[in-house]
Amino acid sequence: MFWKRSLSLQARETRDAYIGLLPFLLGFVIFTAGPLIYSFYLSFTRYDILSAPRWSGFENYARMASGDDTLWQSLRVTVIYTLVAVPVHVIVGYAMALLLNLKVKGLSFWRTAFYMPAVVPAMAVAYVFSWMLQSDVGLINQSLRAIGLPGPKWFGDPNWVLAAFILMSAWAVGGTLLLYLSALQGVPTELYDASKVDGANAWRRFLNVTLPMTSPVIFFVFLTGMIGTFQVFTVAFVTTNGGPGEASLFYLLYLYRTGWEYLQMGYAAAMAWLLFVILLVITLLSLRLSRTTVFYEGAQE
Amino acid sequence: MSDSGSAPSGGALVQPPPQMGGAWMRRQQTGQRLLGRALLYLALAVLTLILVAPLVWMVSASFKPEGYVFEYPPRLIAEQIQWWNYVEAWNQFPFWRSLLNTMTIVVGVEAGRLLSASLTAYVFARLRFPGRNALFLLVLSTMMIPYHVVLIPQYLLFRNLGWLDSFNPLIVPHFFGGGAFFIFLLRQFFMTIPRDYDDAARIDGAGTFAILWRILLPMSKPALATVAIFTFMSEWNDFLAPLIYLNSQEKYTLAIAIRQWQQVAVWGAGAYVPPTWNAIMAMATVLTIPPVVLFFFTQRYFIQGVVISGIKG
Repeated sequence: MFWKRSLSLQARETRDAYIGLLPFLLGFVIFTAGPLIYSFYLSFTRYDILSAPRWSGFENYARMASGDDTLWQSLRVTVIYTLVAVPVHVIVGYAMALLLNLKVKGLSFWRTAFYMPAVVPAMAVAYVFSWMLQSDVGLINQSLRAIGLPGPKWFGDPNWVLAAFILMSAWAVGGTLLLYLSALQGVPTELYDASKVDGANAWRRFLNVTLPMTSPVIFFVFLTGMIGTFQVFTVAFVTTNGGPGEASLFYLLYLYRTGWEYLQMGYAAAMAWLLFVILLVITLLSLRLSRTTVFYEGAQE
Repeated sequence: MSDSGSAPSGGALVQPPPQMGGAWMRRQQTGQRLLGRALLYLALAVLTLILVAPLVWMVSASFKPEGYVFEYPPRLIAEQIQWWNYVEAWNQFPFWRSLLNTMTIVVGVEAGRLLSASLTAYVFARLRFPGRNALFLLVLSTMMIPYHVVLIPQYLLFRNLGWLDSFNPLIVPHFFGGGAFFIFLLRQFFMTIPRDYDDAARIDGAGTFAILWRILLPMSKPALATVAIFTFMSEWNDFLAPLIYLNSQEKYTLAIAIRQWQQVAVWGAGAYVPPTWNAIMAMATVLTIPPVVLFFFTQRYFIQGVVISGIKG
C-alpha cells in the first residue's frame, strides 16, 4: 500500500538521521554535557589529581566569595580590560567600516590592510608588542621621548600594563571589519533615497537608516567581543604572566595557575563555573537589551 | 567576486549634482568634494601605516644584526641583512620537529572536522525526522559553552585514557560533531543546493549517505574551503590546549616550542644567554607568515565564513 511504503521510507530516513547524528551526539555527551556536569561536581570537592576528589561542600564557593583576593583581582583585571577593549572594537571598527563604505577606490586593498592584524597569531602579537613597548629602548617610548613625552614603563608598571594589553587588542580592531562591511553593504539603497527625498542630511541618514539597519551586527560584535575578552590567555601568558605583581592576572591565567600549577582542580572547576555563569548572564542581559535597542528587519523568525 | 562591495568608485567625482546651476557653484562643490576625498584617503593611508607598521618592524628586526634592533631613529633595512637570526633560532630548538607536530595536528583536526561537521550538517539540511528542531537547537546551544569551562574535566578524561602527552586530546574530539559553528555554516550552504540533485541521485539508487559523499560534498567546495581555512587558523594559533596536553619537547607544537625556547636561556657565545630580540622576531615572523599568506589568497572564503557567522547573530 502506498501509505505503508511512505511510512517505511520515513522510518528509514529517521534511522539514517540518527546514524548520521551519532558522532555529534556521542561527542556532545562525552566532551560537552558529561564534562559540564562533572566539573559541577568537582567544584564541590578538593582535588589535587594525585588522590581522589574529596567532597568539601561549598568550601570552594565560600573561598571565592570571601577569602580569595587574587580571584577578585583577576576579575577586576578582566572587567577593566573588557570595558575598554570591547567598546574600542565596536566603535573604532565601525568607524573604519564607515570610512571604507564611502565608495573608496581600491576597497580590497584597504580592507586587507585593516584586517591583517587580526590574523596574526596571538603569540607573535605578544612578542612584537613586548619588543616595541620596552620601557627604555622600545620603539614607541623612543618615539615618545623624541617628541618630549615621557614614555610609561608599559609592561613593567602596574598602572600601565593593562593599557599595553588594550593597545594590543586595539591593533586588531580590523577583525570586526568584514562583518561590519557586509552589514553596511546590506542596507537597501531605497532607504537612503527615500530619506534623501525627505530632506534628511547625511548625519540624519546615518542616525535613522544606517545605524538601525546595522544594529544587529553591532550587537553581535559587542557580544562576541565580551565573550572573547573574558577568555584572554595567550598574550598575557607570553608577555607578563600576570605581572607586575598581579596587575595583569587575567581570569583564565589565574584559572590555569590554580588548576595546573597549584593542582587545585576542584577550585579551578568552581572558577570555570563562575566564568560560565558570568558569560551566560552577559549573554542573557545583552539579549534582553537587544530587544529594545536592536532593529531586526522582518523580525518574526 | 571578493570585491562584491566596491561600487563604481569615483562616480561622484565625475558627475557633480546637476541641480542648482551655475558653473561657479558647481566648481566650488566639486572642490569641497575633492577636499573631502583627499582627507578620506589621507585617513585611510595613516590608518594603514599604523596597522601595518608593527608587522613591518617585526620582519625588519628579524633580519637585523644583533644590537641594531633598538637603534633610534629606526632603519627599515640595516646595513647588512642577517639571515642568520633564523638559522640560529631554529638550531636552538627542534624547530622542524615542532613544525611537523603542528602540521600533524592541523591535518588531523581538518579531517575530523570536515568529515564530521558535514555529516551532521547534512542530516539537519536534508533529512526529516522527529526531534530535528530540538536537536538543532542543542547544536546551536553548544556554541554558548566556552571551551574553558569543560577544559578541566576533559583534561581528567584524557588523563584517565592515558592520552596525555599525545596528539589525541587535540585531534580526536573534532571527529565528534566538528563544532557547532561549522555545522551551522555547512548546513546553510547545503540548503542552497537544490534538492533535485539528491532526487536524481536517489533514482539512480544512491543511499542517504552516498548522496552526501557523491553529490553534495563535491558541490560544496567553497564552504568546505571556508571550514578548512578557519580550522587552520585556529589550530595554528592554539596555545592553551597544547600547553596543557603536551609535556615533552618532541611533542611540542611550534607555538609552544617557541615559547619554551624564548624563556629558557640557551648556550651561545660561550655562556648561557637568552635569545636575542632579533631571533625572537624571526620566530614571530615564522609564526605569522602562514596565516597572513593564507588570508591574502583566500579572502573570499574568509568573507563568506564571517558573513555566515554574522547571520546567526
